[in-house]
Amino acid sequence: MEFGLSQEQTMLADNVGRYLTDRVDLERIRRFAEDGDDADLWQGLAELGIPALLVPESAGGVGLACLDAALVAEALGYHAAPAPFLGTAVAAPIALAGLPAAEALLADVAAGSARVGLAIGEAAGARADAGVTARDGALTGKALFVTDYPADHYLVADRDGGLHLVAAAAAGVSHRPLTTVDRTRPTGELTLKGVRAEPVSDDPAVLGRLLDVTRVMLAADTLGAAQAMLDKAVAYAKEREQFNRPIATFQAVKHMCAEMAADIEPCRAMVWYAAHALDHLPEEAQVTACHTKAHLAEVGKFVAKTATEVHGGMGFTDLLGLHYWFKRIGYNRQLLGTPEHLREEAARAQQLTA
Amino acid sequence: MDLSYGPEYEAFRQEVRDFIEANRDRAPKGAGLRDPATLEWQKLLIENGYAARTIPREYGGYGAEPDILKSRIIAEEFARGQLSQGLGGQGISMLVPTLLEMGTEEQKRQFIAPTLRGEMVWCQGYSEPGAGSDLASLSTSAKLDGDEWVVNGQKIWTSTAHLADWIFCLVRTEPDAPKHQGISFLLFRMDTPGIEIRPLVDMTGAANFNEVFFTDVRVPKDQIVGARGQGWAVANAILGHERDSLGNPDATLSRLNALIELMRHETIDGVPVIEHPVYRDRLMKLQGRVLAMRCNDLRVLSSRVNGTGGTGLARLINKLQGTELRHELEGFAVDVMGEIGLAYGDNPYLRGHGSWQNQYMYFLGLIIGGGTSQIQKNIISERGLGMPREPKIQKG
Ligand SMILES: Cc1cc2nc3c(=O)[nH]c(=O)nc-3n(C[C@H](O)[C@H](O)[C@H](O)COP(=O)(O)OP(=O)(O)OC[C@H]3O[C@@H](n4cnc5c(N)ncnc54)[C@H](O)[C@@H]3O)c2cc1C
Repeated sequence: MEFGLSQEQTMLADNVGRYLTDRVDLERIRRFAEDGDDADLWQGLAELGIPALLVPESAGGVGLACLDAALVAEALGYHAAPAPFLGTAVAAPIALAGLPAAEALLADVAAGSARVGLAIGEAAGARADAGVTARDGALTGKALFVTDYPADHYLVADRDGGLHLVAAAAAGVSHRPLTTVDRTRPTGELTLKGVRAEPVSDDPAVLGRLLDVTRVMLAADTLGAAQAMLDKAVAYAKEREQFNRPIATFQAVKHMCAEMAADIEPCRAMVWYAAHALDHLPEEAQVTACHTKAHLAEVGKFVAKTATEVHGGMGFTDLLGLHYWFKRIGYNRQLLGTPEHLREEAARAQQLTA
Repeated sequence: MDLSYGPEYEAFRQEVRDFIEANRDRAPKGAGLRDPATLEWQKLLIENGYAARTIPREYGGYGAEPDILKSRIIAEEFARGQLSQGLGGQGISMLVPTLLEMGTEEQKRQFIAPTLRGEMVWCQGYSEPGAGSDLASLSTSAKLDGDEWVVNGQKIWTSTAHLADWIFCLVRTEPDAPKHQGISFLLFRMDTPGIEIRPLVDMTGAANFNEVFFTDVRVPKDQIVGARGQGWAVANAILGHERDSLGNPDATLSRLNALIELMRHETIDGVPVIEHPVYRDRLMKLQGRVLAMRCNDLRVLSSRVNGTGGTGLARLINKLQGTELRHELEGFAVDVMGEIGLAYGDNPYLRGHGSWQNQYMYFLGLIIGGGTSQIQKNIISERGLGMPREPKIQKG
């Protein structure tokens, strides 16, 4: 019985953490928010093997498990680091492994030279006129809030639970960036008109698993971001003085921090468990993934607000940059299912409602 | 991550299951403290190593090597079989571990075995009217007079004082020492002359705790655990034990499952409550939180089994989160029942024998008792996050 990380996993998390500590400071985040260029960072992460992590060894990857990927997601969230992680390093290997037509693409993904965007948001509730229809092998429609934008390829879900691989350069594809609150996660929109795509799967269970995996990664990202906000709040409270004493001596401030810690700490074990379930407990994976993303969204929202408050007016400024983490947590919350949507899915998956 | 317990432990689990099946009929129906069936059951459990498992044989225990996973399996299987895992209470859960750590050989021989058998019932005399959260400011005094301590003062919130044979009691023996260094830990009989017990009715309507008054109560000099003035350290050794046991996530999970059943059966205008999306969402919110706390518990369990660290904070938050979550869960069940949720006592419309209202209130008691939620937050911020203590106010 061992509920925890192996030595290799701890080392992986430490390595990625160290790299990001060196490379992603606030200045770097700001620069990315302006120019959207993360090539140097992705190159560095590729040297650490991050995009190859989930690619099977037989396809030239490292062949690690979802828990390993979740540790990377947590580290990226902790540093609010820009990286095409969700679509490229997670969704692509999960969806494309074993697909002959995607072999070359996966090799490029593993090497860090290709990017794959994730366009499956409509599977967690389509808004307005969004949604993609597959008819006679051609895709038509619109996918909103596509991740890892701009990418070379996109994984696109259709209205019937099918999954397709669309080349950005294919005829009938148009796309544009969508500005979101989170400047560390470039996001876009795809419009498809009779696009010939590579079929990935027509089994809704495959799309379901892709949702489970990516949701756990978003939850892990929130875990990291929330932990970073708590750490910053505690450090700030120990430094900042008012009424001739550090504000960390005020019980109102201490209790805000204690409440954040008390909420965050169980989330760590929950994310590990959910990530472990993705590979080892198939009958629990969906419900656990839904609960984990929903719960982390709630805890994250509370921490984002409370940690900002601990910083007073400074917390509200652009100067301190705390808002990058606030917005990152917000992005993770809205993407691929809000808490209400996820809890309803969890209830249905347990047959709690007719 | 390896969530399996392994073949040796699964074989042990089977043993426990077999025992439960073979002996289910002998389990006591009620929870009567001195009821012969309860005492018989306790004896059977100790003989088979399912109670007092790791307590040495010479003190009346089963004498097994400590094995956290085996203890866990026993707890899991008894919970699954919905059987009593024997007597609890402050004597067994708090005093026995303290004596094992801090007691003299004579004290261990005198007190542990009858306590384990349920023949010697204890109460915990810590809190006073003037010393609750600030326990170290307690003022019940004990002065040495020849071979005896003479105890004067008052305790309050003393659970089961009216049923207890003995009390383990914090008293001030060194009035001139700093407050934490002037306390001693005494053991004495509850029928000693000079003790008066007045029951206090709690919000559930039960009278489980009491005020206890001491007037010139004479206690033999050697009935002290640890050295004179060391009582604070002795008491703290067991406060840890108490906090680890409150708000247990397995118990919360079985209440969650009972809540799901309740929501399937309880109807509003003929529609089961669970079919109402708003209620279902609140249920799912709780299920997510229960899952998080169970994972947290597994992580702590694993770090204890494997001797790995890093779970300090995960343990510190347990009492706060566990009791608050349970209180909220029970309170939600009351909401689920609407007006029926008001039913109490002999009301014919009670659901679950009235357990929901009862536990809703009872867990508010556990939020307050054993260190309030606010005190827990002080501890989490100071010991867990390294934040400074509040500056002391200079009196006068
Ligand atoms: C069901 C139940 C059973 C109990 N059984 C026993 C028993 O068997 N034996 C025994 O000795 N005791 C027992 N107690 C007593 C229990 O330990 C105390 O009630 C508890 O420690 C709180 O003390 P108090 O009641 O004096 O409240 P107070 O200490 O007066 O607290 C009142 C309020 O002030 C807050 N407060 C106090 N100090 C601080 C601080 N430093 N920072 C922030 N907030 C603060 C508290 O959080 C609380 O909200 C029991 C209590 C209950 C509810």
